[in-house]
Amino acid sequence: MNIVELKNVSRSFEDNKAVDDLSFSIPKGSLFGILGPNGAGKTTTIRMMTRISLPDSGTIFFNQTPLTADHVRQIGYLPEERGLYKKMKVGEQLVYLACLRDMSVKDAKSKMYEWFERFDIMDWEHKLVEELSKGMQQKLQFISTVIHEPSFLILDEPFSGLDPVNANRIRQEIFRLHSEGTTILFSTHRMEQVEEICHRIVLVNKGKNILDGAVSDIKQQFKSNRYRLRYHGELSDKDLDRVQVVDNNPSDLVFEAASVADSNQILTHLVGCGIAVVNFEEILPTLNDIFIQAVSE
Amino acid sequence: MIIKREYITRVRKKSFLITTFLAPIGIFIFFAAVVTIMVVARSGEKKVALIDPGQHLKIDSIGPLRDDRVFFKYPEESLDSLKSKLALSEYSLVVSIPEQRFDGKTKVFNIDLYGKDEIGMQIKGSIKELVGERLKKLKMDANGITAQQIKDLETSLQVKSFNISAEDKSSDDSKTYIATALGGGMMFLIYIIIFVYGNMVMRSVMEEKSNRIVEVLISSVKPFQLMLGKIIGVGAVGLTQFLIWAVMVPAVYLLVGLIFSDQLMEISQTTTTSENTDLTAIFAFIDSLKDFDFGYILTMFLFYFLFGYLLYASLFAAIGAIIGDDLGESQSLTLVIAIPVVIAFYIGLAVVENPNSVLAAWSSVFPLFSPVVMPALLVFDPPLYRILLSILFLILGSLFFVWLSARIYRVAIMLYGKKPGFKDYMRWIMKSE
Repeated sequence: MNIVELKNVSRSFEDNKAVDDLSFSIPKGSLFGILGPNGAGKTTTIRMMTRISLPDSGTIFFNQTPLTADHVRQIGYLPEERGLYKKMKVGEQLVYLACLRDMSVKDAKSKMYEWFERFDIMDWEHKLVEELSKGMQQKLQFISTVIHEPSFLILDEPFSGLDPVNANRIRQEIFRLHSEGTTILFSTHRMEQVEEICHRIVLVNKGKNILDGAVSDIKQQFKSNRYRLRYHGELSDKDLDRVQVVDNNPSDLVFEAASVADSNQILTHLVGCGIAVVNFEEILPTLNDIFIQAVSE
Repeated sequence: MIIKREYITRVRKKSFLITTFLAPIGIFIFFAAVVTIMVVARSGEKKVALIDPGQHLKIDSIGPLRDDRVFFKYPEESLDSLKSKLALSEYSLVVSIPEQRFDGKTKVFNIDLYGKDEIGMQIKGSIKELVGERLKKLKMDANGITAQQIKDLETSLQVKSFNISAEDKSSDDSKTYIATALGGGMMFLIYIIIFVYGNMVMRSVMEEKSNRIVEVLISSVKPFQLMLGKIIGVGAVGLTQFLIWAVMVPAVYLLVGLIFSDQLMEISQTTTTSENTDLTAIFAFIDSLKDFDFGYILTMFLFYFLFGYLLYASLFAAIGAIIGDDLGESQSLTLVIAIPVVIAFYIGLAVVENPNSVLAAWSSVFPLFSPVVMPALLVFDPPLYRILLSILFLILGSLFFVWLSARIYRVAIMLYGKKPGFKDYMRWIMKSE
């Protein structure tokens, strides 16, 4: 079942088609990545999902019904451009933002204390936002995004500006929320983060969906049947006579094979040449490689 | 929720407390200072030596001659001896009457002043007045005129004017005077309100746009709700401030009256006697206050305050959304709003002078001007159909401008970087949701 579904959505600004006939769906409970180079239309797409702007044509479905203003209450959105009221106290700000999303003051407060405890920041409540460091403000912004317990959470570059310790802390929370059933949409151009976090992705370029699906499937689709062999011993040119070598370094060989069965034959042959195998693996392309390949196509 | 936040954050701010509570205290201090200065000035009386060898002023029968600045003494010394020891003496200056002719028909009379240092204008004025009064008295005696005869020459004029086009309503001078003052005051108040609170709304919008929180906000609520919430919240702050003032200012007046009652009595006595104010004028003034229906005027004032504020605050919000953090731009754009308000203010000034003009009729109905102009006119009892028309157009006008501003606001608030032109504004307004 899909929590969000885009059908032929387009949105243009003047002559510039920011989003062009875009369709994809986000399964409920998934960790979904939306990737694309700068200016691909990621932010515009997200803004349409949060009803900040509306599509010129096409429909966005939320839980199988067209997206309305009421659905927005079930969405948590962390924009790339962070912002909080600088002159407001941390506690009041969180309660205010939660109440804007239909939470009662009492519920908002109890949720807020839960999060304060989780991040061990109980003493923040009466601090002014401007007194906090940038990293602390990021944490606060994250809490403000999830305080109303959204079922669908949109995170636009959530780790930008965070030190590794805090980034890891947020990452843990993202995984925890996911394990509790929250669907998470993750927008970034940092491929290693997507690789690490997301199960499914959509790759957007120039407002179009150029690729979508499960990360493992996409990798299979883009693999080039290359294998890496790490070994002890020597291989002569004669030993490699019938092998399609891509890269040959001492103790590290990369070759191409038509299929897995084929690669097994080659391995058997090479072992017969008197080497000791340390490690043998299929080389799968990184999302970075796929991204660059798909975008440049 | 938005209203509440806008309201509470503002009301709790230091600057709100300062302006709200310090303004009446400031007025209090001002009054206190005025009273004190007047008292101090009076105690600073200067002793003046008057010598009159020719006995033109008949010093023997003169009695004490003084006002609140100077106090004459008549030492029996020569001018030269007084001059030589003036620096050490109790006298600030010496008035000497030179030898000359003086009778009932003298046109010019000379007096010489010798001071320790430069002699002030006010001191000179006091001396001239006191000596002049004395000469007048002497001349009256010489010509056989009594004080009563002079008094009998004066006639107090009580003007009553009639507006024959309106139903049999008479108005007298003091009523017109009060109407002008009251109307002008209300007009000025609304003019100030529009600028002060309009700017507050604009800055608040700009703050949200430039610190980017607006993206989070309008993913939760509609831009229109956000804008209206802000406008109502700030408006409520304005009303609160007024209510506090409405209670505090009379209290402060009372306090000033109590603390300085003695001094005030003294001052008011001297001022009224010196200006020869006729008590009947004061009674006419108080009497004509009863002619105004203050409940009606206050209700209308609040109406024009609320809708005028709504109309202009929404425009300020739209401008704030366009500007964001670019302060340079704000100068030129706020001018666009400032111009109609300022024009309205000047029309108001003109119209108070001439409340039955064509200009008054049109401007009191035109919604961009009426919030400022109409309160000034109300006290002159404009015809009922015009009041109703003005109310109708203002309600329609403010709804229209709120709608217009909301459309601009909605698009502009999320727009960064590119500077929109007039054509863009038109497109945003026309574009349906």
